[in-house]
Amino acid sequence: MESTSYALVFYGFSALALAAAAVVVFARNILYSAFALLATLFGIAALYAMLGADFLAAAQLVIYIGGILVLILFGVLLTQRVAHLHLRVTTRQALPALVAAALVALVLWVALVQRAPWPAPTPRPMEPTTAALGEALLGKFLLPFEVVSIALLAALVGAVYLTRAPERDR
Amino acid sequence: MIGLGHFLTVSVLLFALGVLAILLKRNAIGVLMGIELILNAAGLNFVAFSHFLGNLEGQVITLFIIILAAAEAAVALAIVFSIYHGFETVNVDQVDQLRG
Repeated sequence: MESTSYALVFYGFSALALAAAAVVVFARNILYSAFALLATLFGIAALYAMLGADFLAAAQLVIYIGGILVLILFGVLLTQRVAHLHLRVTTRQALPALVAAALVALVLWVALVQRAPWPAPTPRPMEPTTAALGEALLGKFLLPFEVVSIALLAALVGAVYLTRAPERDR
Repeated sequence: MIGLGHFLTVSVLLFALGVLAILLKRNAIGVLMGIELILNAAGLNFVAFSHFLGNLEGQVITLFIIILAAAEAAVALAIVFSIYHGFETVNVDQVDQLRG
């Protein structure tokens, strides 16, 4: 009984994430793509929660939806002329792109899901992960943690530098 | 019963849709959305393996993916704004100054 409801929730959120991702790809209006991306990211966050990654699900909501998506929306609204015509996205060579993406999906699916000899699953019990993640970040993963902090600082400074108004020639 | 294969299948489809977005979109921000889809597919893989192999390291890697995606989005959008100032367009086909 419990595994049936788990399966139902899994299929529901997977369908939400994938359908919204399809809208991201095929919407003619870039603003619709941005809002569909919200639903995709939310579905992924729900899947994280279903895998017992409670902290990551929250981080996904806060950083992706609260940060990156808002940034992307700013980008859309600042770089499109607001006249409706310019929000439209044109596509070219749709058929070759579709074939290429379908091939990528097929090869990956056969290789990852059908062929790969994964070890027998030993699911981790569902328990809070925040404390363990914190200890991992400040223990085993201390060096990558510090490197990522510096990378974030560099990205911040670089983004400010890149967007400042170009200096006028005197 | 939902197993590792189910989550890997979702992630494969998400990855393919991200590749499709990068190939189809002419708008630089649309390409960026495709990159976000691909990063999410990778993150979902890491979390799924972390759960089904019973250790926490995949979740730490996914945390790093999310952080680097934030940095990537900030820098990429800054570049898009610069291109917009210079070219008055964000269509990746029209930004071809380096074409020989």
